[in-house]
Amino acid sequence: MSEVPVIDTEHLQKVYSAGGTPLVALADVTLRVQKGEFVAVVGASGSGKSTFMNLIGLLDRPTSGVLRLDGVDVARLTPNQRAVVRNRKIGFVFQGFNLLRRTSALENVELPLLYAGVPARVRTDAAKQALTQVGLGERMGHMPNELSGGQQQRVAIARALVNQPALLLADEPTGNLDSTTTREILTLFVDLNVNHGITVVMVTHELDVAAVSRRVVQFKDGHLVMDGPPPPEWTPAVPAPWHVAKTSEVA
Amino acid sequence: MNAFTLLRLALRVISRNKARAMLTVLGIVIGVGAVIAMVALGAGAQQNIAKQIASLGSNLIILIPGTTNVAGVRGGGGSSTTVDVDDIDALRREVKSITHLAPANRQQVQIVAGDANWSTNLLGTTPAFYVVRDWRTDTGTEHSELDEASHNKVCVLGRTVATQLFGTDDPIDQWVRIKKVPFRVIGVLSSKGQSPMGTDQDDTVLIPFSVYRQRMAGTQRDQIQAAYAAAVDANSSQAALDEMTAVLRQRHHLRESADDDFSLRNLADIAAASREVADSMTLLLGSIAGVSLLVGGIGIMNTMLVSVTERTREIGIRLAVGAKSSDILVQFLVEAVVLSAIGGAIGVFFGWGAAQLLSDATGWVTIFDPAVAALAFAVSGAVGVFFGFWPARRAAQLDPIDALRYE
Ligand SMILES: Nc1ncnc2c1ncn2[C@@H]1O[C@H](COP(=O)(O)OP(=O)(O)OP(=O)(O)O)[C@@H](O)[C@H]1O
Ligand SMILES: [Mg+2]
Repeated sequence: MSEVPVIDTEHLQKVYSAGGTPLVALADVTLRVQKGEFVAVVGASGSGKSTFMNLIGLLDRPTSGVLRLDGVDVARLTPNQRAVVRNRKIGFVFQGFNLLRRTSALENVELPLLYAGVPARVRTDAAKQALTQVGLGERMGHMPNELSGGQQQRVAIARALVNQPALLLADEPTGNLDSTTTREILTLFVDLNVNHGITVVMVTHELDVAAVSRRVVQFKDGHLVMDGPPPPEWTPAVPAPWHVAKTSEVA
Repeated sequence: MNAFTLLRLALRVISRNKARAMLTVLGIVIGVGAVIAMVALGAGAQQNIAKQIASLGSNLIILIPGTTNVAGVRGGGGSSTTVDVDDIDALRREVKSITHLAPANRQQVQIVAGDANWSTNLLGTTPAFYVVRDWRTDTGTEHSELDEASHNKVCVLGRTVATQLFGTDDPIDQWVRIKKVPFRVIGVLSSKGQSPMGTDQDDTVLIPFSVYRQRMAGTQRDQIQAAYAAAVDANSSQAALDEMTAVLRQRHHLRESADDDFSLRNLADIAAASREVADSMTLLLGSIAGVSLLVGGIGIMNTMLVSVTERTREIGIRLAVGAKSSDILVQFLVEAVVLSAIGGAIGVFFGWGAAQLLSDATGWVTIFDPAVAALAFAVSGAVGVFFGFWPARRAAQLDPIDALRYE
């Protein structure tokens, strides 16, 4: 089956040269992610996970290599076209939340819709729905500094989901959440993946979170060192349809 | 983003730091306020000048002996003795484009009525004066040619003199003494207010020119200090001037090369001089306002630059979720414009208030023109666009990842 991959990178490289000695954050990454995949990205701190996410999220530009999204070489896109892709196609959950200060949770979530030109009424309804989805239905009027770390993270997730992206990129989306909330969010991701066909790429440090995915890629010093299904000894935090299939195979 | 959303966003950001916003717009407030106040005052002054020039009488020509500088009419005539009563007679005879000609000699005198006495300006002139200067009596009558011919000792009082000597009593047919000579009051002039030179035109007493020559002028009875002529109409004012000049030059035996030993001015000259003063005032005030607006604009630019730097992460977040650089540009531009428009609005308000206070305190007329206010407001908005553009463009040119990483 030769479907066009959602993400297709060839020898992707990112070198930071600011401040003297050049630092190779991403050495040579060639990776394909097909539509509907659920990928976990793991690796030690500083191994280049966030760098990789920023590149495929069109926030940053590679030093060399090719990046294609849905078959389109993004190097050919104008800044405005990149903005449109970020706005319509990608939902990005940042490692550090990146919420607007002194702006209510609701308005933070509305932000992508604002730039999509969605009318105010529709915007608010969609944002409320997204917040309810992540379990923050009651705190919509609060400012980020009035919310706990976990709640802020859920606002960030709601913002990433609100424009119904085809590709969800999440950099440690459960890093600040307790195990209950982590399970809720992961259940939501699995649901979005299974029932809405959204492709998920998720960075995580936790093995049980990574184990929820169908495919784990591991980074080490900017290289891709492992790519395959999660090892069977990892216990998934929440069940997913593909686990059942696997268990039944074993049985 | 639609206009309403942009406006709401800008107002919210501005209201987060009210103190800074107020300091930022101070320059604009002062600039616009100064424009409004000064234009209000200037328009009032212009109207005053126009009114006062009109009060000089239409088609007026003023003759003063001696030379005057080009800028305008020299006040306090009588220092030169180059024009005499025979000149006046000759002008009356020979110049066809004037209808009236009134000599006007004056001196400061003490006028006494019973116990009251008052120092005032005594003016000896002919009945033509009332026509030429368009001065009219409120009560009683002006003096007549008969009074001139019979040397009747009658006088017409200015409003100020009448009030000083007789209070609220009717001065008509009362007697006053000037230099020990008794005069019968036959009229009181209607109030003329201040002259263009700022003196009280109502502080005067008029007597027949013949009586003045005989009883008041001493040895200088043939000298003329000033004369007022009326041209046939406004169009012939220049012709009248030329004719009068020719007659006087001939009578004074002046060579071609010699300067006039008298000066003739018409209303157009006086109006032009006043307008010149008003114009240079406007220019001065205009440049003050311009400098204030420039300084105000730089203040806005500075604040916007600081704001862009402070909000780099915000810009990064907006770019990350799909804002185009034009969205960022417009957002910051609207903020700058709203900021300076707020300054403009406050400036209009304060300028208007200042003009009111000034006119209450000094009695100057001020004219508040809504069109000027609208224009000043629009200019303040334009200042926002102009000085907000560079900071806004800096914001718009940020790279998403750099902006997001900004500490
Ligand atoms: N803007 C930058 N300038 C210079 N070096 C950078 C920059 N951003 C990241 N790096 C370096 O690139 C390498 C990869 O960083 P990256 O943020 O991708 O790591 P990570 O895998 O996400 O780590 P973590 O799990 O701690 O989030 C690190 O060595 C980091 O120091
Ligand atoms: Mg990271």
